[in-house]
Amino acid sequence: MSSAAEKVKKIIVDKLGVDESEVTTEASFTNDLGADSLDTVELIMEFEKEFDISIPDEEAENIQTVGQAIEYVQNEVDN
Amino acid sequence: MRRVVITGIGAITPIGNTIKEYSQALKEGRSGADYIKHFDASKFKTTFACEVKGFDGAEVFGRKEVRKMDLFSQYGLVSAEEAVIDSGLNFDEQNPDRIGVIWGSGIGGLRSLEEQIELNSDYENTPRYNPFMIPKMIADIVPGQIAIKYGLMGINYGTVSACASSSHAIINAMDNIRLGRADIIISGGSEAAVTRAGIGGFSGMKALSGRNDDPSTASRPFDKDRDGFVLGEGAGALILEEYEHAKKRGAKIYAEILGGGMTDDAHHITAPHPDGLGAANVMKNALLESSVSTSDIDYINVHGTSTPLGDIAEIKAILKIFGDDAYKLSISSTKSMTGHLLGASGAIESIACIIGMEEGFVPPTINHFTDDPEIDQKLKLTYNTPEEKQIDMILCNTFGFGGHNTSFVLRKL
Repeated sequence: MSSAAEKVKKIIVDKLGVDESEVTTEASFTNDLGADSLDTVELIMEFEKEFDISIPDEEAENIQTVGQAIEYVQNEVDN
Repeated sequence: MRRVVITGIGAITPIGNTIKEYSQALKEGRSGADYIKHFDASKFKTTFACEVKGFDGAEVFGRKEVRKMDLFSQYGLVSAEEAVIDSGLNFDEQNPDRIGVIWGSGIGGLRSLEEQIELNSDYENTPRYNPFMIPKMIADIVPGQIAIKYGLMGINYGTVSACASSSHAIINAMDNIRLGRADIIISGGSEAAVTRAGIGGFSGMKALSGRNDDPSTASRPFDKDRDGFVLGEGAGALILEEYEHAKKRGAKIYAEILGGGMTDDAHHITAPHPDGLGAANVMKNALLESSVSTSDIDYINVHGTSTPLGDIAEIKAILKIFGDDAYKLSISSTKSMTGHLLGASGAIESIACIIGMEEGFVPPTINHFTDDPEIDQKLKLTYNTPEEKQIDMILCNTFGFGGHNTSFVLRKL
């Protein structure tokens, strides 16, 4: 696993208070990991801080699963 | 008029995290003051406070939920849970539309605000304020949290009147049950302002004791050498219930709340009226509304914060209203033990009154060393040791910055 992916998962575990084993690529923040709308806003903000990137609102709306978050962050970091 | 009784109590205080512990400490006359652990206070003018001890929010609420709640909410929920259990209420058997929460906090989630300002103090970059900052800090969030926890859909709001906040909440709860707007209201208050801005702010006003060499004797109401209050934190919860409703379900009834007064000094933003005018008026109003006379009161739990001016003004007010009856009743300030819990003080002090009623003692005013010539020493101020006494009727005073005064009468049933 890339270090970006590890960091994303760590943030999710930390902020949503879920078990690491639940944070699978397919897991949806709201449907599987118990996040509400404020939790998802917070997650996006934490990704922005951790990777020093800026995620526009319209992009953030498309980040709904762990996999999507990793993919987005990885792309940003690679570029 | 519908009568209102208290059928459950819960508390988390600097001298005990449950009613049982709190009651024991009140009897022993224990001080809750010590050097501040919440943050490094070594550079502050006051380095001590009355903090809650041995409390871990993550253990109580879980790692995920605790991050979304300021400490003042955590304390509030813990005390409310103890009161609900104590009341024996099963909310599944009640109509949720008839149950409300009216809760006081003077400050709200100060730490949650401070923390986010600190994290965003680099003004070069886009600020990233946490989405939970506002719902964590707003002073009315505790009644909302309690409603969510128990599914209570009746009247629900917060009261803010500095150190009188939870007493306003309790009086409002009584009134709303009297008016038939609810049958049960969870009331009380919580506070957690032992933070950098809290200590710094109150210290800047010269409101806090600076007795850094001896914290446990710093809160000394009515003592000649008192030099300010000691900041406390915690919460107290009371279940207020319509009398017939409580009787019908066979609830344990601690006391009846007979009536209350609410006035203002209209004098100064923080200083009390020098003759205690607003304080005298509020006690008079509370007695009138309760239809009791000064000779009926066995004990006054005073506001008595240990400030030079406030303690004298309150004593003047008591003498003005009670006359010679003032010398027959007992008076004490439990803030000598708990410190000043600001918006939660009315809640934990009325609970101290109920404990005293239940167990037959007047909690002491600890830390008395030297009589103050400006305070009439013929008054029974319950210095240093509790007084064994049957208590049937109590007046509970609380005053707040802004000149707010509250007072209410509790009667044993």
